[in-house]
Amino acid sequence: MVLLSKIATNNGHGENSSYFDGWKAYEIDPYHPTKNSHGVIQMGLAENQLCFDLIQEWVENNPKASICTPQGSNGFNDIAVYQDYHGLPEFRNSVARFMEKVRGNKVRFNPDRIVMSGGATGAHETLAFCLADPGEAFLVPTPYYPGYDRDLRWRTGIQLLPVVCESSNDFKITREALEDAYEKAREANIKVKGLILNNPSNPLGTVLDRTTLRDAMSFISERNIHLICDEIYSATVFNEPGFISIAEIAEESAYRKHRDLIHIVYSLSKDLGFPGFRVGIIYSYNDAVVNCARKMSSFGLVSTQTQHLIASMLSDDIFVEKFLDESAKRLAERHSLFTQGLAKVGIKSLKANAGLFCWIDLKRLLKEPTFEAEKELWHLIIDEVKLNVSPGASFHCSEPGWFRVCFANMDDETMKIALSRIHKFVIQKTRPDQPTTRKQCKRSKLEISLSSRRLDEFIMTPRMLSSPHSHMTSPLVRARN
Amino acid sequence: MCKLRKYIEPTVVTGWKAYDENPYNESYNPSGVIQMGLAENQVSFDVLEEYLEKHSEATNWGNKSCGFRENALFQDYHGLLSFRKAMASFMEQIRGGRVKFSPERLVITAGATAANELLTFILADPGDALLIPTPYYPGFDRDLRWRTGVKIVPIKCDSSNNFEITPESLEAAYNEAVSMNIKVRGVLITNPSNPLGSTIKRSVLEEILEFVTRKNIHLISDEIYSGSAFSCTEFVSISEVLEARGYLEAERVHVVYSLSKDLGLPGFRVGTIYSYNDKVVTTARRMSSFTLISSQTQQLLASMLSDKEFTQNYIKINRERLRKRYEMIIDGLRRAGIECLKGNAGLFCWMNLSNLLEKHTKEHELDLWKTIVHEVKLNISPGSSCHCSEPGWFRVCFANMSERTLEVALRRIHDFMEKRSLIV
Repeated sequence: MVLLSKIATNNGHGENSSYFDGWKAYEIDPYHPTKNSHGVIQMGLAENQLCFDLIQEWVENNPKASICTPQGSNGFNDIAVYQDYHGLPEFRNSVARFMEKVRGNKVRFNPDRIVMSGGATGAHETLAFCLADPGEAFLVPTPYYPGYDRDLRWRTGIQLLPVVCESSNDFKITREALEDAYEKAREANIKVKGLILNNPSNPLGTVLDRTTLRDAMSFISERNIHLICDEIYSATVFNEPGFISIAEIAEESAYRKHRDLIHIVYSLSKDLGFPGFRVGIIYSYNDAVVNCARKMSSFGLVSTQTQHLIASMLSDDIFVEKFLDESAKRLAERHSLFTQGLAKVGIKSLKANAGLFCWIDLKRLLKEPTFEAEKELWHLIIDEVKLNVSPGASFHCSEPGWFRVCFANMDDETMKIALSRIHKFVIQKTRPDQPTTRKQCKRSKLEISLSSRRLDEFIMTPRMLSSPHSHMTSPLVRARN
Repeated sequence: MCKLRKYIEPTVVTGWKAYDENPYNESYNPSGVIQMGLAENQVSFDVLEEYLEKHSEATNWGNKSCGFRENALFQDYHGLLSFRKAMASFMEQIRGGRVKFSPERLVITAGATAANELLTFILADPGDALLIPTPYYPGFDRDLRWRTGVKIVPIKCDSSNNFEITPESLEAAYNEAVSMNIKVRGVLITNPSNPLGSTIKRSVLEEILEFVTRKNIHLISDEIYSGSAFSCTEFVSISEVLEARGYLEAERVHVVYSLSKDLGLPGFRVGTIYSYNDKVVTTARRMSSFTLISSQTQQLLASMLSDKEFTQNYIKINRERLRKRYEMIIDGLRRAGIECLKGNAGLFCWMNLSNLLEKHTKEHELDLWKTIVHEVKLNISPGSSCHCSEPGWFRVCFANMSERTLEVALRRIHDFMEKRSLIV
């Protein structure tokens, strides 16, 4: 038997994690409105599907953007042959301008600092290769996107060390937590090379405030370590407070001289909903990193066919403005619908203003405050409620009971079905057959058994929320929230 | 900062710079440098363009672009099934239908550059080595070694037997590695060869397979130029050799392919790994997350390559045109008194200028090369950049230009040789 490498045979790919059970359940039994209405609804995939009608309309009206149409095919030869790892100038220019617009034109991006990569996945790995040696570490605030474990560590050999954030202060990143993490690394003799920030945050759906960003800048510049800012969700901000990019901080006089420590990761997979097109971007203020990352981009360039399409689309200013506006509106609506629906059964979610998901608090549904109990609850949600959601432990959350639930990858109907399933589950879980709730919920039991249909209607209509006759008197519910 | 970043670019960059600063253009700059260092295939573009003009609805996202959404969302690292089927079928056609490829074993990567690096990560640990016959594609130095930490130990081939790989040269390379305390994990061959422009004989493939089996190591066969062999029957793929022996010991064999050369689409970043090893397929697929092919491009090529009439026709025309181009350049060089290695594939010829060297050293080869770049104004590739053990050989590309430009290049070479023979 011929052997494979250590990298090939270790678990660095991350797929042996038990958290794939949810995905497997979905794959075996996927929800479909007509063909499989009892199937598992996918709420574990952070995809943005809310604005495809706008994109499709643009594509139909702009045949030149495709090199396969009669209008665009005379460009085929030049595009197909272009393999320069700098990327098409029009692509870089349009991406730079788009990133500026997303940041309210408060900053400028130099197209010559834009480097391509195989999605943000490729961007993170490339930066890890450029900035750290095997055995060295990056600090990353928890909870964080599980993919970082593979993207930053698998083939690079670097380590990820957590900066622990807690619900007591809404998971804010504190100076103390940063220093604590750095100190722990020092004691373990691990060299820290950088800090990763994901802003807006996956899974929290929150943005970093100016103070936190400045604190992070001071922290890294004092130690002369890098700052990688993953701004992949920058255009999914749908509410106040607005988005402050590290690029703004980089232009502040106090931090300008430390700019060469800053590197931004971006992609079109979330903001535009194009994960299949593999458009990853590294934007670095450091010349040496730009040069190195650019050479490495040979291993993951963006198809010039796609570069051409994106360049066309993103340089259409009118379309971009309309898209960004409409996208934020629709995300806000969807987020509101979902969080209100959850609130009706007393499920709290972290106050958020960005992202494609909610970070919900199901601590009160745990048998005990442990990760085992969280896992049990999670399996219950997959197997009985038939929703694939993501448990907090998979995001390295320090406290059990949190779950990430995606809401932008489905239509309104499916969203309503998901909510009604959640409602049924919560109500059932807090049924009066449990001794502690029996006394309090006598009346509610009666109402539930007599009028389950009315219950569904109740759940679906917002105006009933503050009804004095609300049967939601269980301690798990906060009707007067 | 990190150790990895210090990547030193090879000296041949000066040839590229000379071209970039002063590129030939038939009308605007007829005395500029002609690019003959880039192995690009531009001889059959009209065939592609004609196809696209006739099939725009099929290659776009269908009627009213309702397929756009599904395509834009598709990020499954298995790749579109329709694309894998079409690639498998195309690879079969190139091999004259003599072998079958299963779409389930095809892993997609953004170009052969990524495919080769990915396989190296999977088959070898840092500090281990791959054996590669010289001369070889200079890009391997970066692609196989840079981020992986894996070494290359050369299998030295020379002109005494037309640079053929022999059992002795394989053993010698292996022993050299052992003597340096380096663990050999595999052999990587390019077939048809870059820079030689020739296919590897079946008997040699069998010897290589026997060697890797005996040493219990892997075999990577980079068949990126398989569709550029001048005749279908002259190219024998390693898959044919495996097929003939009932796929015995096949799990040590992995084939790399790409559309950058045969179809002339380097910008689209379409690479594949075809492995006969299940674990390699699974792991490569997981790793391909770092380097997937744009689903937009997969869609286009799925359409194009599943049109068997088109692909059959394209392959035939492409082979013929490359052969004609090759004959043209060989003829022109011969008339200038220059001999080349007998070639039968690829986008270049392997030219012998060793008798122009004052001394048979790498330095003299590079001096001659600089003269050719700066005075003759042709950017060609010196054999030393390909790690050739014998000085005096040069790779000259002929498929990335019009026939007229090739004539200009040949005339310049002719004039240069005339001048030199007058001086000598």
